[in-house]
Amino acid sequence: MLARLQENFFNLDVAWRYLPSIGEGMIVTIHLAVLIVFTGLGLGLLLAFLRALQWRVLSWPIVIFADIFRALPPLVVLIIFYFAGPFVGIRMSGFVATWLSLSLALAAFAEEIFWAGILSVGRGQWEAARSTGLRYGQTLGYVVLPQAVRLAIPPLTNRTIAVTKMTALASVVAVEEILANAATAQAYSANTTPLTMAAIAYLVIFVPLVAFSRWIEHRFAWKH
Amino acid sequence: MDLIVENFFNLKVLAETAPYLVRGFLVMIELCLIVIPVGLIGGTIVAVLGSYGIPWLRWLLVVYVDLFRSLPPLVLLVFVYQGLPMMGVDIPALGAVVLSFLLNTSAYYGEIIRAGIESIPRGQQEAARSTGMTRIQTLAYIVLPQAIRNVVPDLISNTLEVIKLTSIASVVALPELLRMARLAQGSTYNPTPLIAAAAIYLAVCWPIVRFLSRFERRMTAKA
Repeated sequence: MLARLQENFFNLDVAWRYLPSIGEGMIVTIHLAVLIVFTGLGLGLLLAFLRALQWRVLSWPIVIFADIFRALPPLVVLIIFYFAGPFVGIRMSGFVATWLSLSLALAAFAEEIFWAGILSVGRGQWEAARSTGLRYGQTLGYVVLPQAVRLAIPPLTNRTIAVTKMTALASVVAVEEILANAATAQAYSANTTPLTMAAIAYLVIFVPLVAFSRWIEHRFAWKH
Repeated sequence: MDLIVENFFNLKVLAETAPYLVRGFLVMIELCLIVIPVGLIGGTIVAVLGSYGIPWLRWLLVVYVDLFRSLPPLVLLVFVYQGLPMMGVDIPALGAVVLSFLLNTSAYYGEIIRAGIESIPRGQQEAARSTGMTRIQTLAYIVLPQAIRNVVPDLISNTLEVIKLTSIASVVALPELLRMARLAQGSTYNPTPLIAAAAIYLAVCWPIVRFLSRFERRMTAKA
């Protein structure tokens, strides 16, 4: 039993052979994750800012956008971009399709989290800032947003980790990231060791982030 | 415009593939009815064991929770689905999905319920114990009902994620909604079924999203 476990899951020969492939996959995964974090959080903050300007023509589409991309499974969005897009003349690589679909998902959640932060800044602060002569946009940018962002950090960290983990979905649309490379290696070697390596690769990337999010939660805990 | 209607909102294709979509939808619901209760029970066990005050057990559970919060669910699913047969355990796709969802969601639900348990003052447990209730009784009648009520929004929010996550079961060929939509797309060479599947997910999940947004607004208004 133990020998079989070692042979199939921790086979050093197989591990050595596919180490470069898993390493290349890690670089793609990290590249994709970094792009998604910047695009998703940036877009989410921008949308929350625009919504706070309280122009109906802007805030309605933003709410609908955030609702749709919080309700749809990212894999469904990804598959529509990648497999249905070409039918109407929109062609993109698996990498771009993953980047786009996960960024939109993260942006939708981030917008809601930032928005909740903006709402939680007391009315009195708006009035005080305005009465000192700051314009509406200045009040939002210099007084309200800095506090809103601070409040948003713990839930945002958790959500960002949850969404970036989904880069594994890219394996479905032929992106050569960790999981796809591991699955290919597993098929060639008829051995599960590459999948063990994939799991370890994800742990190497995400365990520090999860530990960091625990620390953030304590550090930024709202004190009443 | 015609191109979009022809490919995304083609009624003829929709009528032709509707039976596939209905079957996929039913399997998706079935899957939800299995994995959500299983995850909730698993999460409650994780949370209760973690609050027992035994240091090594608590430490072990933190490792368990962080481990499965770090692993992408799809990686876990593929690992279980491909790995277990290598150990001579034949597991059907449904079994692999339920097992990997149990590991993943019990970690998330466990974290939430643990926060709920910690929100109940210790004095209540001491009071309950001193009236002669056993540890289990205290937990079941005093602590858990209040703890769970305190974290209902987070539980619903996580359940929404679990419902959305069932779509990854399509990767191991479980005939749920997304899988059936892709099969229908393949056989008609028209992506209308994919758009229809998205519409079904939206119909199921949007009310939950709305509820969560409104609930959050009420909480902020109170604070």
